[in-house]
Amino acid sequence: MYEGPVQDLIEELGRLPGVGPKSAQRLAFHLLAVDRADAERLARAIVQLKERVRFCARCFNVSEHEECRVCRDPRRDPSVLCVVEEPRDVQAIEKTGEFRGRYHVLGGAISPIDGVGPDQLHIRQLVARLGEEDIGEVVLATNPNIEGEATASYLGRLLKAMDVRVSRIASGLPVGGDLEYADEVTLGRAFSGRREL
Amino acid sequence: MALYRDQGIVLRTYKLGETDRIVHLLTQGRGKVRAVAKGVRRPGSRFGGRLEPFSHVDLQFYEGRNLDIVNQAELITPFATVRSDWALSACGSTMVEGADRVAQEDERSNRLFLLLLDGLRTLAAAPQFPAVVLDAYLLRLVSLAGYHPYFDACSSCGAPGAHGVFSIAAGGALCRRCAPPGASVLDPASRALLMALLGADWAVLGATAVEPRTRRAAGALVHSFLTYHLGKPLRAWDLVPR
Repeated sequence: MYEGPVQDLIEELGRLPGVGPKSAQRLAFHLLAVDRADAERLARAIVQLKERVRFCARCFNVSEHEECRVCRDPRRDPSVLCVVEEPRDVQAIEKTGEFRGRYHVLGGAISPIDGVGPDQLHIRQLVARLGEEDIGEVVLATNPNIEGEATASYLGRLLKAMDVRVSRIASGLPVGGDLEYADEVTLGRAFSGRREL
Repeated sequence: MALYRDQGIVLRTYKLGETDRIVHLLTQGRGKVRAVAKGVRRPGSRFGGRLEPFSHVDLQFYEGRNLDIVNQAELITPFATVRSDWALSACGSTMVEGADRVAQEDERSNRLFLLLLDGLRTLAAAPQFPAVVLDAYLLRLVSLAGYHPYFDACSSCGAPGAHGVFSIAAGGALCRRCAPPGASVLDPASRALLMALLGADWAVLGATAVEPRTRRAAGALVHSFLTYHLGKPLRAWDLVPR
Protein backbone atom coordinates (compact mmCIF):
# COMPACT_ATOMS: atom_id res chain seq x y z
CA MET A 1 0.00 0.00 0.00
CA TYR A 2 1.24 3.47 -0.89
CA GLU A 3 0.28 6.61 0.93
CA GLY A 4 -2.53 9.03 0.11
CA PRO A 5 -2.78 10.35 -3.46
CA VAL A 6 -0.57 7.68 -5.04
CA GLN A 7 -2.73 4.88 -3.68
CA ASP A 8 -5.91 6.78 -4.62
CA LEU A 9 -4.73 7.12 -8.21
CA ILE A 10 -3.70 3.45 -8.40
CA GLU A 11 -7.14 2.44 -7.20
CA GLU A 12 -8.92 4.71 -9.67
CA LEU A 13 -6.80 3.57 -12.61
CA GLY A 14 -7.30 -0.04 -11.58
CA ARG A 15 -11.03 0.37 -12.14
CA LEU A 16 -10.53 1.03 -15.87
CA PRO A 17 -11.27 -1.87 -18.22
CA GLY A 18 -8.24 -4.03 -18.95
CA VAL A 19 -6.06 -2.36 -16.30
CA GLY A 20 -4.86 -4.71 -13.56
CA PRO A 21 -3.22 -3.70 -10.26
CA LYS A 22 0.33 -3.88 -11.70
CA SER A 23 -0.53 -1.79 -14.78
CA ALA A 24 -2.34 0.71 -12.56
CA GLN A 25 0.78 1.07 -10.44
CA ARG A 26 2.96 1.52 -13.55
CA LEU A 27 0.62 4.20 -14.94
CA ALA A 28 0.44 6.02 -11.60
CA PHE A 29 4.23 6.21 -11.31
CA HIS A 30 4.48 7.32 -14.91
CA LEU A 31 2.06 10.16 -14.17
CA LEU A 32 4.06 11.04 -11.08
CA ALA A 33 7.15 11.43 -13.27
CA VAL A 34 5.66 13.47 -16.15
CA ASP A 35 5.49 17.29 -16.33
CA ARG A 36 2.73 19.00 -14.46
CA ALA A 37 1.38 20.38 -17.78
CA ASP A 38 1.01 16.89 -19.28
CA ALA A 39 -0.80 15.61 -16.21
CA GLU A 40 -3.11 18.61 -16.22
CA ARG A 41 -3.91 18.12 -19.91
CA LEU A 42 -4.98 14.55 -19.17
CA ALA A 43 -7.06 15.64 -16.18
CA ARG A 44 -8.71 18.37 -18.26
CA ALA A 45 -9.49 15.97 -21.09
CA ILE A 46 -11.29 13.67 -18.67
CA VAL A 47 -13.28 16.48 -17.09
CA GLN A 48 -14.25 17.92 -20.49
CA LEU A 49 -15.32 14.50 -21.68
CA LYS A 50 -17.84 14.34 -18.88
CA GLU A 51 -18.90 18.00 -19.18
CA ARG A 52 -19.19 18.49 -22.91
CA VAL A 53 -20.09 15.15 -24.41
CA ARG A 54 -23.72 14.15 -24.51
CA PHE A 55 -25.95 12.06 -26.70
CA CYS A 56 -27.47 13.37 -29.93
CA ALA A 57 -31.16 14.11 -29.36
CA ARG A 58 -32.06 12.52 -32.67
CA CYS A 59 -29.80 9.50 -33.18
CA PHE A 60 -28.16 8.93 -29.75
CA ASN A 61 -24.66 9.09 -31.17
CA VAL A 62 -22.09 10.86 -28.95
CA SER A 63 -22.09 14.57 -29.66
CA GLU A 64 -20.88 17.92 -28.41
CA HIS A 65 -24.07 19.68 -29.46
CA GLU A 66 -27.80 19.07 -29.29
CA GLU A 67 -27.48 17.08 -32.51
CA CYS A 68 -24.42 15.15 -33.69
CA ARG A 69 -22.20 15.97 -36.66
CA VAL A 70 -23.91 13.48 -38.95
CA CYS A 71 -27.44 14.62 -38.14
CA ARG A 72 -26.48 18.29 -38.69
CA ASP A 73 -24.76 17.64 -42.04
CA PRO A 74 -27.14 18.70 -44.87
CA ARG A 75 -25.17 16.66 -47.43
CA ARG A 76 -26.20 13.37 -45.82
CA ASP A 77 -28.97 11.38 -47.49
CA PRO A 78 -32.00 11.74 -45.17
CA SER A 79 -33.88 8.84 -46.77
CA VAL A 80 -31.53 6.07 -45.58
CA LEU A 81 -31.13 5.21 -41.91
CA CYS A 82 -28.51 2.86 -40.55
CA VAL A 83 -29.31 1.20 -37.21
CA VAL A 84 -26.27 0.31 -35.07
CA GLU A 85 -25.72 -0.89 -31.50
CA GLU A 86 -23.10 1.56 -30.19
CA PRO A 87 -21.61 4.97 -31.09
CA ARG A 88 -18.36 3.10 -31.83
CA ASP A 89 -20.15 1.33 -34.67
CA VAL A 90 -21.03 4.70 -36.25
CA GLN A 91 -17.32 5.49 -36.29
CA ALA A 92 -16.48 2.12 -37.85
CA ILE A 93 -19.03 2.59 -40.65
CA GLU A 94 -17.99 6.22 -41.22
CA LYS A 95 -14.43 5.02 -41.81
CA THR A 96 -15.56 2.87 -44.73
CA GLY A 97 -16.80 5.95 -46.61
CA GLU A 98 -19.51 3.73 -48.20
CA PHE A 99 -22.53 5.03 -46.37
CA ARG A 100 -24.00 8.49 -46.95
CA GLY A 101 -27.20 8.26 -44.93
CA ARG A 102 -27.86 8.93 -41.26
CA TYR A 103 -27.69 6.73 -38.18
CA HIS A 104 -29.71 5.55 -35.23
CA VAL A 105 -27.82 4.21 -32.21
CA LEU A 106 -29.77 1.63 -30.17
CA GLY A 107 -27.49 1.77 -27.14
CA GLY A 108 -26.96 -2.00 -27.05
CA ALA A 109 -28.58 -5.16 -28.33
CA ILE A 110 -31.38 -7.43 -27.17
CA SER A 111 -29.79 -10.00 -24.90
CA PRO A 112 -32.26 -12.20 -23.04
CA ILE A 113 -29.47 -13.84 -21.05
CA ASP A 114 -28.40 -10.45 -19.64
CA GLY A 115 -32.00 -9.37 -19.13
CA VAL A 116 -31.82 -6.69 -21.83
CA GLY A 117 -35.09 -6.48 -23.75
CA PRO A 118 -36.42 -4.18 -26.50
CA ASP A 119 -37.69 -1.68 -23.90
CA GLN A 120 -34.18 -0.88 -22.67
CA LEU A 121 -33.01 0.16 -26.15
CA HIS A 122 -33.82 3.24 -28.26
CA ILE A 123 -36.36 1.32 -30.32
CA ARG A 124 -39.38 3.47 -29.47
CA GLN A 125 -37.43 6.53 -30.65
CA LEU A 126 -36.54 4.70 -33.87
CA VAL A 127 -40.20 4.02 -34.60
CA ALA A 128 -41.02 7.68 -33.81
CA ARG A 129 -38.33 8.81 -36.25
CA LEU A 130 -39.78 6.66 -39.00
CA GLY A 131 -43.09 8.44 -38.47
CA GLU A 132 -41.62 11.95 -38.42
CA GLU A 133 -38.84 11.81 -41.00
CA ASP A 134 -39.05 10.86 -44.65
CA ILE A 135 -37.15 7.58 -44.45
CA GLY A 136 -37.30 5.08 -47.32
CA GLU A 137 -34.81 2.45 -46.18
CA VAL A 138 -33.58 1.16 -42.83
CA VAL A 139 -30.27 -0.74 -42.85
CA LEU A 140 -29.85 -3.01 -39.85
CA ALA A 141 -26.14 -2.99 -39.01
CA THR A 142 -26.16 -4.76 -35.64
CA ASN A 143 -23.31 -7.17 -34.89
CA PRO A 144 -23.45 -10.60 -36.52
CA ASN A 145 -23.50 -12.34 -33.11
CA ILE A 146 -26.38 -13.85 -31.21
CA GLU A 147 -27.54 -10.58 -29.61
CA GLY A 148 -27.19 -8.57 -32.82
CA GLU A 149 -29.08 -11.21 -34.84
CA ALA A 150 -31.89 -11.30 -32.30
CA THR A 151 -32.12 -7.50 -32.41
CA ALA A 152 -32.17 -7.46 -36.22
CA SER A 153 -34.85 -10.15 -36.30
CA TYR A 154 -36.96 -8.26 -33.76
CA LEU A 155 -36.62 -4.96 -35.66
CA GLY A 156 -37.24 -6.67 -39.00
CA ARG A 157 -40.53 -7.99 -37.70
CA LEU A 158 -41.48 -4.69 -36.06
CA LEU A 159 -40.69 -2.52 -39.08
CA LYS A 160 -42.33 -4.83 -41.62
CA ALA A 161 -45.68 -3.30 -40.72
CA MET A 162 -44.42 0.17 -41.65
CA ASP A 163 -44.00 1.49 -45.14
CA VAL A 164 -40.22 1.23 -45.28
CA ARG A 165 -37.64 -1.01 -46.94
CA VAL A 166 -35.65 -2.96 -44.34
CA SER A 167 -32.28 -4.46 -45.21
CA ARG A 168 -29.59 -6.28 -43.24
CA ILE A 169 -25.87 -5.77 -43.85
CA ALA A 170 -24.18 -8.69 -45.57
CA SER A 171 -21.98 -11.05 -43.68
CA GLY A 172 -19.19 -13.10 -45.20
CA LEU A 173 -15.47 -13.56 -45.63
CA PRO A 174 -12.96 -10.97 -44.46
CA VAL A 175 -10.89 -9.33 -47.18
CA GLY A 176 -7.50 -11.02 -47.33
CA GLY A 177 -8.83 -14.18 -45.66
CA ASP A 178 -8.56 -17.82 -46.69
CA LEU A 179 -11.58 -19.89 -47.71
CA GLU A 180 -10.21 -23.09 -46.18
CA TYR A 181 -9.90 -21.52 -42.74
CA ALA A 182 -13.30 -19.86 -42.76
CA ASP A 183 -15.84 -21.33 -40.35
CA GLU A 184 -18.92 -23.03 -41.80
CA VAL A 185 -21.39 -20.42 -40.57
CA THR A 186 -19.52 -17.51 -42.15
CA LEU A 187 -18.84 -19.39 -45.37
CA GLY A 188 -22.48 -20.50 -45.54
CA ARG A 189 -23.61 -16.89 -45.12
CA ALA A 190 -21.17 -15.77 -47.78
CA PHE A 191 -22.81 -18.23 -50.18
CA SER A 192 -26.40 -17.43 -49.34
CA GLY A 193 -25.63 -13.71 -49.70
CA ARG A 194 -23.72 -14.02 -53.00
CA ARG A 195 -24.50 -11.56 -55.76
CA GLU A 196 -24.34 -11.45 -59.51
CA LEU A 197 -21.36 -9.82 -61.18
CA MET B 1 0.32 -29.84 -21.46
CA ALA B 2 -2.54 -32.33 -21.58
CA LEU B 3 -4.94 -32.20 -24.51
CA TYR B 4 -8.45 -33.57 -24.53
CA ARG B 5 -11.32 -33.66 -26.98
CA ASP B 6 -15.04 -33.51 -26.37
CA GLN B 7 -18.23 -32.32 -27.97
CA GLY B 8 -20.24 -29.59 -26.37
CA ILE B 9 -22.87 -26.91 -26.72
CA VAL B 10 -21.91 -23.28 -26.19
CA LEU B 11 -23.95 -21.87 -23.28
CA ARG B 12 -22.64 -18.34 -23.10
CA THR B 13 -19.57 -16.28 -23.75
CA TYR B 14 -17.91 -13.35 -22.01
CA LYS B 15 -15.45 -10.89 -23.48
CA LEU B 16 -11.94 -11.23 -22.11
CA GLY B 17 -9.29 -8.60 -22.78
CA GLU B 18 -9.06 -7.15 -26.29
CA THR B 19 -9.79 -10.12 -28.53
CA ASP B 20 -10.44 -13.21 -26.36
CA ARG B 21 -13.55 -14.78 -24.97
CA ILE B 22 -14.38 -17.00 -22.02
CA VAL B 23 -16.75 -19.68 -23.26
CA HIS B 24 -19.08 -21.73 -21.04
CA LEU B 25 -19.78 -25.10 -22.64
CA LEU B 26 -21.94 -28.04 -21.69
CA THR B 27 -19.84 -30.99 -22.80
CA GLN B 28 -20.91 -34.57 -23.13
CA GLY B 29 -18.00 -36.04 -21.20
CA ARG B 30 -17.02 -33.46 -18.58
CA GLY B 31 -20.13 -31.54 -17.65
CA LYS B 32 -19.71 -27.78 -17.73
CA VAL B 33 -16.37 -26.55 -19.02
CA ARG B 34 -15.20 -22.96 -18.85
CA ALA B 35 -12.50 -22.30 -21.38
CA VAL B 36 -10.65 -19.40 -22.98
CA ALA B 37 -10.89 -19.00 -26.73
CA LYS B 38 -8.01 -16.81 -27.82
CA GLY B 39 -8.31 -14.18 -30.51
CA VAL B 40 -11.88 -15.15 -31.47
CA ARG B 41 -13.14 -11.57 -31.56
CA ARG B 42 -10.73 -10.71 -34.37
CA PRO B 43 -12.47 -10.67 -37.77
CA GLY B 44 -10.02 -13.20 -39.25
CA SER B 45 -10.36 -15.67 -36.37
CA ARG B 46 -10.21 -19.33 -37.38
CA PHE B 47 -13.04 -20.49 -35.17
CA GLY B 48 -14.72 -17.41 -33.69
CA GLY B 49 -17.90 -17.96 -35.68
CA ARG B 50 -18.20 -21.49 -34.34
CA LEU B 51 -18.18 -20.50 -30.68
CA GLU B 52 -21.39 -18.49 -30.60
CA PRO B 53 -24.10 -19.53 -28.10
CA PHE B 54 -26.25 -22.55 -29.16
CA SER B 55 -23.50 -23.95 -31.43
CA HIS B 56 -22.97 -27.69 -31.10
CA VAL B 57 -19.25 -28.16 -31.60
CA ASP B 58 -16.48 -30.73 -31.52
CA LEU B 59 -13.59 -29.24 -29.56
CA GLN B 60 -10.03 -29.82 -28.58
CA PHE B 61 -8.78 -28.24 -25.36
CA TYR B 62 -5.46 -27.73 -23.60
CA GLU B 63 -5.75 -28.28 -19.94
CA GLY B 64 -4.84 -24.99 -18.27
CA ARG B 65 -4.13 -24.22 -14.65
CA ASN B 66 -7.32 -22.27 -14.08
CA LEU B 67 -9.30 -22.30 -17.29
CA ASP B 68 -8.75 -24.66 -20.21
CA ILE B 69 -7.90 -23.24 -23.61
CA VAL B 70 -9.84 -24.02 -26.78
CA ASN B 71 -7.37 -25.23 -29.35
CA GLN B 72 -9.58 -26.35 -32.21
CA ALA B 73 -13.30 -26.16 -32.88
CA GLU B 74 -15.32 -27.95 -35.54
CA LEU B 75 -18.98 -27.22 -36.01
CA ILE B 76 -21.46 -30.10 -35.72
CA THR B 77 -24.72 -28.10 -35.84
CA PRO B 78 -24.85 -24.29 -35.81
CA PHE B 79 -28.61 -24.07 -34.97
CA ALA B 80 -28.66 -21.05 -37.24
CA THR B 81 -32.47 -20.83 -37.33
CA VAL B 82 -32.55 -20.41 -33.55
CA ARG B 83 -30.12 -17.50 -33.83
CA SER B 84 -31.83 -15.71 -36.65
CA ASP B 85 -35.33 -15.51 -35.17
CA TRP B 86 -35.98 -13.30 -32.17
CA ALA B 87 -38.61 -15.51 -30.46
CA LEU B 88 -36.56 -18.69 -30.96
CA SER B 89 -33.44 -16.91 -29.81
CA ALA B 90 -35.15 -15.79 -26.58
CA CYS B 91 -36.30 -19.40 -25.93
CA GLY B 92 -32.84 -20.75 -26.76
CA SER B 93 -31.21 -18.20 -24.43
CA THR B 94 -33.46 -19.32 -21.59
CA MET B 95 -32.55 -22.96 -22.32
CA VAL B 96 -28.80 -22.36 -22.18
CA GLU B 97 -29.16 -20.16 -19.10
CA GLY B 98 -31.00 -23.01 -17.37
CA ALA B 99 -28.33 -25.52 -18.39
CA ASP B 100 -25.60 -23.15 -17.20
CA ARG B 101 -27.36 -22.98 -13.83
CA VAL B 102 -27.80 -26.73 -13.37
CA ALA B 103 -24.61 -28.15 -14.92
CA GLN B 104 -21.57 -28.63 -12.70
CA GLU B 105 -17.94 -28.60 -13.69
CA ASP B 106 -16.24 -32.00 -13.87
CA GLU B 107 -19.57 -33.73 -13.39
CA ARG B 108 -20.52 -35.70 -16.46
CA SER B 109 -24.22 -35.64 -17.29
CA ASN B 110 -25.03 -37.13 -20.63
CA ARG B 111 -28.78 -36.78 -20.00
CA LEU B 112 -28.46 -33.04 -19.42
CA PHE B 113 -26.41 -32.72 -22.59
CA LEU B 114 -28.94 -34.70 -24.64
CA LEU B 115 -31.84 -32.74 -23.14
CA LEU B 116 -30.33 -29.45 -24.27
CA LEU B 117 -29.49 -30.88 -27.67
CA ASP B 118 -33.07 -32.16 -28.10
CA GLY B 119 -34.49 -28.82 -26.96
CA LEU B 120 -32.37 -26.83 -29.41
CA ARG B 121 -33.11 -29.28 -32.25
CA THR B 122 -36.82 -28.86 -31.66
CA LEU B 123 -36.48 -25.06 -31.62
CA ALA B 124 -34.40 -25.15 -34.80
CA ALA B 125 -37.34 -26.77 -36.60
CA ALA B 126 -39.22 -23.48 -35.90
CA PRO B 127 -42.21 -24.97 -34.03
CA GLN B 128 -45.53 -23.15 -33.95
CA PHE B 129 -45.34 -22.64 -30.16
CA PRO B 130 -41.65 -22.26 -29.20
CA ALA B 131 -42.56 -21.19 -25.64
CA VAL B 132 -44.21 -24.59 -25.04
CA VAL B 133 -41.02 -26.34 -26.17
CA LEU B 134 -39.11 -24.12 -23.74
CA ASP B 135 -41.47 -24.96 -20.86
CA ALA B 136 -41.08 -28.67 -21.58
CA TYR B 137 -37.32 -28.30 -21.56
CA LEU B 138 -37.35 -26.35 -18.28
CA LEU B 139 -39.63 -28.86 -16.53
CA ARG B 140 -37.41 -31.76 -17.64
CA LEU B 141 -34.36 -29.76 -16.56
CA VAL B 142 -35.69 -29.32 -13.02
CA SER B 143 -36.57 -33.01 -13.00
CA LEU B 144 -32.98 -33.90 -13.98
CA ALA B 145 -31.68 -31.56 -11.29
CA GLY B 146 -33.49 -33.75 -8.75
CA TYR B 147 -36.82 -31.96 -8.36
CA HIS B 148 -39.10 -34.15 -10.44
CA PRO B 149 -42.66 -32.82 -10.19
CA TYR B 150 -45.44 -35.42 -9.70
CA PHE B 151 -48.79 -34.93 -11.38
CA ASP B 152 -50.31 -38.43 -11.32
CA ALA B 153 -50.03 -39.13 -7.59
CA CYS B 154 -50.04 -37.16 -4.38
CA SER B 155 -46.48 -35.97 -3.79
CA SER B 156 -46.97 -36.21 -0.03
CA CYS B 157 -48.74 -39.55 0.67
CA GLY B 158 -48.35 -41.18 -2.75
CA ALA B 159 -52.06 -41.81 -3.32
CA PRO B 160 -52.50 -42.22 -7.10
CA GLY B 161 -55.06 -40.16 -8.99
CA ALA B 162 -55.60 -36.90 -10.81
CA HIS B 163 -55.43 -34.60 -7.82
CA GLY B 164 -56.57 -31.04 -8.28
CA VAL B 165 -54.20 -29.18 -5.96
CA PHE B 166 -50.63 -28.21 -6.76
CA SER B 167 -47.95 -27.19 -4.32
CA ILE B 168 -44.61 -25.91 -5.56
CA ALA B 169 -42.96 -26.44 -2.20
CA ALA B 170 -44.23 -30.04 -1.91
CA GLY B 171 -42.99 -30.71 -5.44
CA GLY B 172 -46.20 -31.62 -7.24
CA ALA B 173 -49.89 -32.43 -7.00
CA LEU B 174 -51.47 -33.10 -3.61
CA CYS B 175 -54.54 -35.08 -2.62
CA ARG B 176 -57.33 -33.37 -0.73
CA ARG B 177 -56.21 -34.76 2.63
CA CYS B 178 -52.57 -33.62 2.26
CA ALA B 179 -53.33 -30.21 0.71
CA PRO B 180 -52.58 -27.32 3.04
CA PRO B 181 -55.23 -24.59 3.22
CA GLY B 182 -54.84 -22.01 0.47
CA ALA B 183 -52.86 -24.26 -1.92
CA SER B 184 -53.30 -23.37 -5.60
CA VAL B 185 -55.83 -25.28 -7.66
CA LEU B 186 -54.65 -27.21 -10.71
CA ASP B 187 -57.34 -27.36 -13.40
CA PRO B 188 -57.54 -30.51 -15.57
CA ALA B 189 -56.40 -28.72 -18.77
CA SER B 190 -53.24 -27.32 -17.13
CA ARG B 191 -52.55 -30.67 -15.50
CA ALA B 192 -52.79 -32.44 -18.86
CA LEU B 193 -50.47 -29.90 -20.46
CA LEU B 194 -47.92 -30.15 -17.63
CA MET B 195 -47.89 -33.95 -17.92
CA ALA B 196 -47.33 -33.59 -21.66
CA LEU B 197 -44.51 -31.11 -21.03
CA LEU B 198 -42.83 -33.68 -18.84
CA GLY B 199 -43.28 -36.73 -21.01
CA ALA B 200 -44.55 -36.08 -24.54
CA ASP B 201 -42.53 -36.28 -27.72
CA TRP B 202 -40.70 -33.05 -28.62
CA ALA B 203 -42.13 -32.73 -32.12
CA VAL B 204 -45.69 -33.10 -30.79
CA LEU B 205 -45.23 -30.39 -28.15
CA GLY B 206 -44.41 -27.52 -30.46
CA ALA B 207 -47.45 -28.16 -32.63
CA THR B 208 -50.20 -29.02 -30.13
CA ALA B 209 -52.82 -26.31 -30.02
CA VAL B 210 -53.71 -25.51 -26.41
CA GLU B 211 -55.79 -22.61 -25.09
CA PRO B 212 -53.43 -19.60 -24.82
CA ARG B 213 -54.59 -19.10 -21.23
CA THR B 214 -53.69 -22.67 -20.24
CA ARG B 215 -50.37 -22.34 -22.04
CA ARG B 216 -49.49 -19.16 -20.16
CA ALA B 217 -50.64 -20.56 -16.80
CA ALA B 218 -48.57 -23.73 -17.27
CA GLY B 219 -45.57 -21.63 -18.35
CA ALA B 220 -45.81 -19.42 -15.27
CA LEU B 221 -46.15 -22.48 -13.03
CA VAL B 222 -43.07 -24.11 -14.59
CA HIS B 223 -41.06 -20.96 -14.01
CA SER B 224 -42.23 -20.55 -10.40
CA PHE B 225 -41.41 -24.21 -9.78
CA LEU B 226 -37.94 -23.79 -11.25
CA THR B 227 -37.32 -20.52 -9.41
CA TYR B 228 -38.34 -22.07 -6.07
CA HIS B 229 -36.21 -25.18 -6.43
CA LEU B 230 -33.16 -23.74 -8.20
CA GLY B 231 -33.16 -20.64 -6.01
CA LYS B 232 -33.15 -17.86 -8.61
CA PRO B 233 -35.34 -16.94 -11.62
CA LEU B 234 -33.90 -17.23 -15.13
CA ARG B 235 -33.27 -13.76 -16.51
CA ALA B 236 -34.03 -14.57 -20.12
CA TRP B 237 -37.43 -16.06 -19.23
CA ASP B 238 -39.14 -12.66 -18.96
CA LEU B 239 -38.23 -11.78 -22.53
CA VAL B 240 -39.77 -14.86 -24.15
CA PRO B 241 -42.77 -13.73 -26.22
CA ARG B 242 -45.85 -15.65 -25.12
